[in-house]
Amino acid sequence: MSFFQVEGLSLQFGGLKAVDNVSFDVARGEIFTIIGPNGAGKTSIFNLISRLYDPTAGKLFFEGRDITDVPPHQIARLGIARTFQNIELFENATMLANLLVGRHCHATTHLWQEMLFLPKVRAAEKAHRRKVEEVIEFLDLQAYRDKLIAGLPYGVRKVVEVARALCSEPKLILLDEPSSGLNVEETDDMSFWIRDIKNELGITVLMVEHDMTLVNRVSDRVLALNYGKVLASGTPPEVQAHPDVIAAYLGA
Amino acid sequence: MRFIFKTDYDQDIRILKHSGYLWSYGLLLLILLAVPFLVGNYLQSQIVFVFIYAIVGVALMILTGFTGQASLGHAAFLAIGAYTAGFMQLHGVPFFVYFPLAALLAGGIGALVGFPALRLHGIYLVIATIAFASIVEEVLARWEDVTNGNEGMRVRTLDLFGLPLPRDGAGFYYLCLAVLIGVILMSLNLLRSPTGRAFVAIRDSETAGKSMGIDLAGYKVKSFAISAGITGLAGALFAHKMTFISPEMFTLLLSIEFIMVIIIGGAFGLHGAVFGAIFMVMVDPFLTALKDDVPTTIASIGQSLGMAQSAADQLHDTMSRIGSAAGLKGAIYGLIIMMFIAFEPYGLYGRWLKVKLFFQLFPLYKRATFKRQKTYVKSERNR
Repeated sequence: MSFFQVEGLSLQFGGLKAVDNVSFDVARGEIFTIIGPNGAGKTSIFNLISRLYDPTAGKLFFEGRDITDVPPHQIARLGIARTFQNIELFENATMLANLLVGRHCHATTHLWQEMLFLPKVRAAEKAHRRKVEEVIEFLDLQAYRDKLIAGLPYGVRKVVEVARALCSEPKLILLDEPSSGLNVEETDDMSFWIRDIKNELGITVLMVEHDMTLVNRVSDRVLALNYGKVLASGTPPEVQAHPDVIAAYLGA
Repeated sequence: MRFIFKTDYDQDIRILKHSGYLWSYGLLLLILLAVPFLVGNYLQSQIVFVFIYAIVGVALMILTGFTGQASLGHAAFLAIGAYTAGFMQLHGVPFFVYFPLAALLAGGIGALVGFPALRLHGIYLVIATIAFASIVEEVLARWEDVTNGNEGMRVRTLDLFGLPLPRDGAGFYYLCLAVLIGVILMSLNLLRSPTGRAFVAIRDSETAGKSMGIDLAGYKVKSFAISAGITGLAGALFAHKMTFISPEMFTLLLSIEFIMVIIIGGAFGLHGAVFGAIFMVMVDPFLTALKDDVPTTIASIGQSLGMAQSAADQLHDTMSRIGSAAGLKGAIYGLIIMMFIAFEPYGLYGRWLKVKLFFQLFPLYKRATFKRQKTYVKSERNR
């Protein structure tokens, strides 16, 4: 059984099949990219994986465990973290607070202990903070610790979202269009970081991306979708040369 | 301008961020401790009301300011606390037992109210809490065996371990102060731990919160329960302060007053609850004074402008009739809320911070520092 596996996944909104019988599997330690035109169902697949949507049919397996019925808030505890296409940060909190929320799935203290702020809570807080600082160091976010997210530029927010996902120490990270809205330099940085996430932190990356340069540079394998159906999968050059993919993008 | 050089994670965890706060809050505490010896009975009594309102303000701040769940039902939680205290005292239960029980009961019922909040957002949640409050009001009026119905209930003098604390005494003042400080410290502790951050996460993005491992249902219910529990504590104190409680004291208008406490104070920090409480308690005698003085003043202005005595009397009558019209208080409250939302959205605490920053940065303060930027990237699709 592979590291992460999607089997016959379907999602239907009324008469619309957003995801139609999609199957793929991701091996431990690879960068797997999903591409496809707008409305192909890429983000829907992410929302299915993070259990924001319930699939109409199909199964999800993570490390051999069936996670199709796991409630959404337990997904993070299993080791799957994600970012969002349109940035879902906690706007009116500082960056540190945002990253510490990323540590939430590792929280062990109880409500009454926190009300009294017992030494145990303080120790846990410091341990969380230490981990957060590692991520800040990794993504070069030192300058923004006490800044409110609402005041940060778009490019930085995008990185903060990745940082928040990394703070939960995931085994699998889902990146929903990490380069959307970024300029060329920021996209370059992002591609280095994505490779570092894989190589240095040993985290498997599942990514949705439109920027084909970035896709070619970092992906080990690519899956192309259109109208919720799988068109092709394989290495980036294979997929790009596939006639169905060319037809989907350029029109046949 | 003070620059804090951070060398330790404890510096970010600590409640008093630097030694300056130790001095200012220490001084404030000393003044508050000295109040019973310095001011008259009336002012001391008003300050006790500030404490009680501030306790409710802190409760509502946790729920509305930090978790983002609006409630117009907090008068009901106050009533539950007040009646628990009154009823239990009548049956000989000592204060140190019924005081925490008032919090537990209100908190338990608050948790039940939290369940609809799992599905309701914004205005719908507000309506649900109003409905809950009217149910409680009705129950209090009808359940005569326990609450004595519309005739109301007498609450005897508070008795703490055999020590009577009369409502106007220094002892009662210190008790309310201690409860307020305790509640604030507890809330600060909560806000610097995972639970407090989970509340903020729910306020700002439920979708992201869910994906970060926050159990929305659990934390919303927790937030409601904590908020209602704290309000229950305030209710018990309120009962002893009023010495008489009846269902018509816990109406929608009181809930609106509580919401005003946090809107006027500034719904983004616990300071706001205290500032708002001061404002709300002080605005009432101010309005009463206005009601008494404004007609006379206007009439005498009219007279000095050459108005006939009879016309001036008529003007006086008209003005005092307007002044004592039913619902005028609500209308004025509404006006105050609107003015604050339009012109001072960060409330009194926000103004305080702006003035403080002005002096810290002088002469470099820029007016646009607090200008709010609109962002258009937020998605609401996954709600």
